[in-house]
Amino acid sequence: MSEAITPEIVAAHGLKPDEYQLVLKILGRVPNITELGIFSVMWSEHCSYKSSKRWLKTLPTTAPWVICGPGENAGIVDIGDNQAVVFKMESHNHPSYIEPYQGAATGVGGILRDVFTMGARPIANMNALRFGSPDHPKTRHLVAGVVSGIGGYGNCVGVPTVGGETNFHASYNGNILVNAMTVGLVDQDKIFYSAAAGVGNSIVYVGSKTGRDGIHGATMASAEFDEKSEEKRPTVQVGDPFTEKLLIEACLELMATDAIVAIQDMGAAGLTSSSFEMASKGGLGVELNLDMVPIREEGMSAYDIMLSESQERMLMVIHPGKEDLARSVFEKWELDFAIIGTLTDTGRMVLTRHGQVQADLPIDPLAQASPEYDRPWTEPVKRPVVGASEIPDIDPIHSLKTLMSCPDLASRRWIWEQYDHMVMGDTIQRPGGDAAVVRVHGTGKSIAITTDVTPRYCLADPREGGRQAVAEAYRNLSAVGAVPLAVTDNLNFGNPEKPEIMGQIVASVQGMGQACRELDFPVVSGNVSLYNETQGTAILPTPTIGAVGLLAAGAPMATLAFKGAGNAIVLLGETKGWLGASLYLREICNREDGAPPPVALHRERRAGELVRQLIGDELVAACHDVSDGGLLVAVSEMALSGNVGATLDQPHVTHLAAWCFGEDQGRYVLEVRQDALAAVLEEAVEHDVSARVIGQTGGASIAVGTASITLSELGALHEGWLPAYMG
Amino acid sequence: MKAAVIVFPGSNCDRDVAVALAASLGAPPLMVWHRETQLPPVDLVVVPGGFSYGDYLRCGAMAARSPIMREIVDRVPKGLRVLGICNGFQILTESGLLPGALMRNRDLRFICRDVHLRVENADSDFCRHWQSGDVVRMPIAHAEGNYFTDEDTVARLFDGGQVAFRYSHADGTVDDKSNPNGAISNIAGITNPERTVLGLMPHPERLAEDALGGTDGRHLFESLVESLR
Repeated sequence: MSEAITPEIVAAHGLKPDEYQLVLKILGRVPNITELGIFSVMWSEHCSYKSSKRWLKTLPTTAPWVICGPGENAGIVDIGDNQAVVFKMESHNHPSYIEPYQGAATGVGGILRDVFTMGARPIANMNALRFGSPDHPKTRHLVAGVVSGIGGYGNCVGVPTVGGETNFHASYNGNILVNAMTVGLVDQDKIFYSAAAGVGNSIVYVGSKTGRDGIHGATMASAEFDEKSEEKRPTVQVGDPFTEKLLIEACLELMATDAIVAIQDMGAAGLTSSSFEMASKGGLGVELNLDMVPIREEGMSAYDIMLSESQERMLMVIHPGKEDLARSVFEKWELDFAIIGTLTDTGRMVLTRHGQVQADLPIDPLAQASPEYDRPWTEPVKRPVVGASEIPDIDPIHSLKTLMSCPDLASRRWIWEQYDHMVMGDTIQRPGGDAAVVRVHGTGKSIAITTDVTPRYCLADPREGGRQAVAEAYRNLSAVGAVPLAVTDNLNFGNPEKPEIMGQIVASVQGMGQACRELDFPVVSGNVSLYNETQGTAILPTPTIGAVGLLAAGAPMATLAFKGAGNAIVLLGETKGWLGASLYLREICNREDGAPPPVALHRERRAGELVRQLIGDELVAACHDVSDGGLLVAVSEMALSGNVGATLDQPHVTHLAAWCFGEDQGRYVLEVRQDALAAVLEEAVEHDVSARVIGQTGGASIAVGTASITLSELGALHEGWLPAYMG
Repeated sequence: MKAAVIVFPGSNCDRDVAVALAASLGAPPLMVWHRETQLPPVDLVVVPGGFSYGDYLRCGAMAARSPIMREIVDRVPKGLRVLGICNGFQILTESGLLPGALMRNRDLRFICRDVHLRVENADSDFCRHWQSGDVVRMPIAHAEGNYFTDEDTVARLFDGGQVAFRYSHADGTVDDKSNPNGAISNIAGITNPERTVLGLMPHPERLAEDALGGTDGRHLFESLVESLR
């Protein structure tokens, strides 16, 4: 430990000079290299949220049904009968770009651990993926690697991957986004938290051995990429889903006893972050004997052990006298089990290796007093509204063909068929719908899950984009008949040290917060990924929303597939023909300008309530929200899914494309049997939601007035793009 | 009928098949840990799907050498019925109870989707509920389901009525387009010559109730319950 701490070493650890001054002040001395490494990961953007904390605090996080909001490993929401769902979304963007298979796989592994750490059995995985332009030379390789990595991990652990979203845009060429979400199920009296308790209690390490993989992953995830980023491949961890499966079973088996005081997974910043968090939350100190940590290779220093991000590891505090019980469970599952330390009352972290103290640090200043920045930001510049009259009105069938086969709207079947979406035997709405639905095992209840954000809206107007992401999640849950419960957010942005990027963050969070408040849709967990820039170019602002809703026991569920011929097609919500920032504008007119469609939250709420009531009263044969691509795309998706055609009456409008492809918000398409039509229209009036019949189901084509296309032709285009692209 | 489901480290369809079995049996099956050396007195053993031992080395290779599999192999000549689903099928070929091997899918990707199967031979305790030639729908979910064996064995399997299921179209036609993984002769499931052991890649337990989208798979469990009553 004689290595001198030079300014270069400090900089290489990602600490700014003023942050290093704070280190010196806290310690009252110069840190050694191990201590410096610990400071650097604890204060990395990834672990400390130092740029975003100030704004995240403004989000609404409470509701009568929220059991645990942000700050723990995942959020927890009451679903009745002493049960709760535990969920969170987390990014693994930087590692997935460098090494797509392992980066994505370990992203899934990490979010699974966040959920079962709390005592929950994971019941569903979701993911939100963003890739670069399809014609960028790396995109195909990244798609193939990420998809097989997500599948490789989730399929093996036996948790169904039930849905998600995938977009392509050139802004992600050098920074793809891999946001993974897990939903778990727990009994409310069996929830586990991470706060350590009981001076003298044993600290136990379980799971895989510690290797040198992933050292400084959290620091890497807090820096911009440059042309040398691929040299960082060794900092990407390697996943072992088989060990994770054993770890899930072993932890849940031990959790059924009363042996565990507290438990925390070793995620970003590994043993450092987990031990500091547990001690800090419990107001205690920790002594760790690093010689007891199971290691994979010889010659690992205290620095290596503390900063390793080896996967599939957990840290627990065990009740006195229960060590042997715990050991027997982990040995049954053939996992490493080691008592590596004890809890103290000193408030300090003391690490020994080879009989020598390697670090002696105060816990609270590190864990809680990390720097917090109020970074300068500029209000995003509003874009002018683009009126439909400024946009060409091209033949709708021609445009429909282009849109349904464009990278952002083409079928994702090639992706989700590589995910086991049925294991656990409770998937009652498979991928491809508005929301995935899984049953709460052994009950009549079900959980609906969705992920949403429209990054092109967020770029055009971050505040409106933030509102829209939340509103679309609310809509997707409502469209299957589920009552929206709560949200997890995964904020992906560029470099927050640039005021215009910070302005995107601030405005998006404000928009999200407003929508969450007005829709009673609190944020219970989240994750922030900043510095998503390559050589100075930032990604589109992408505040991904993951959301869950509840279908009560026996409640009817809706799907988007048309069910039969001769039914009325009803459009709920108002259509003005908003083409600014639309896919029509981008894909047909090659323009990405214009203000995005405004979101009227009170109307979203009314429409959502109406839709849920109509589904609950079994007045609806099919339901689909209208989003990317607008009305005609929504109708086409319903028709293709059910293999039942549709004829839309020629609308009396001046701009047909705006009516067909405008992306006005707050809308749903319903399929309604003729004998239910009067009741549906009446309920719509009651709820003050605009509703009108726009056509009827039947036939083997999609027709608008006299123009039409067969389902087989449209289906081939829609299904064909991604498999052809991937080859 | 009494049934047991074997649980290996990495099994992940053990609960799913237990649920489906219980629905047909009226009682839950026993769950037997792979390290057990004694099989309880049961008529049927299910070797479930999943990733036993993480598919490391070769799918099913390590599980096939576990203590409980030795016991199962010993009990088959005495009339024990064995059902291997997906990874269970791989374990049965690795343990020598069934011929052939399951290789990587033709396109090298994991595939999870419903497929149609033609019941090639309904004359077994597993398929009694169907008629030969019936077409049923079940999901597949595997990366290594590409059944392979030598041509003589294939001929012997067909001649001996050991081919239980073949991948087909909805109308029962069997061709290369209806073959999801490259399996030789579209073979999806086979039995031993006595038809007391069945291995199949599709998952009957995943379409065994209406809420999951279909009940075709349920007939397999009902057949067993009726046959072994």
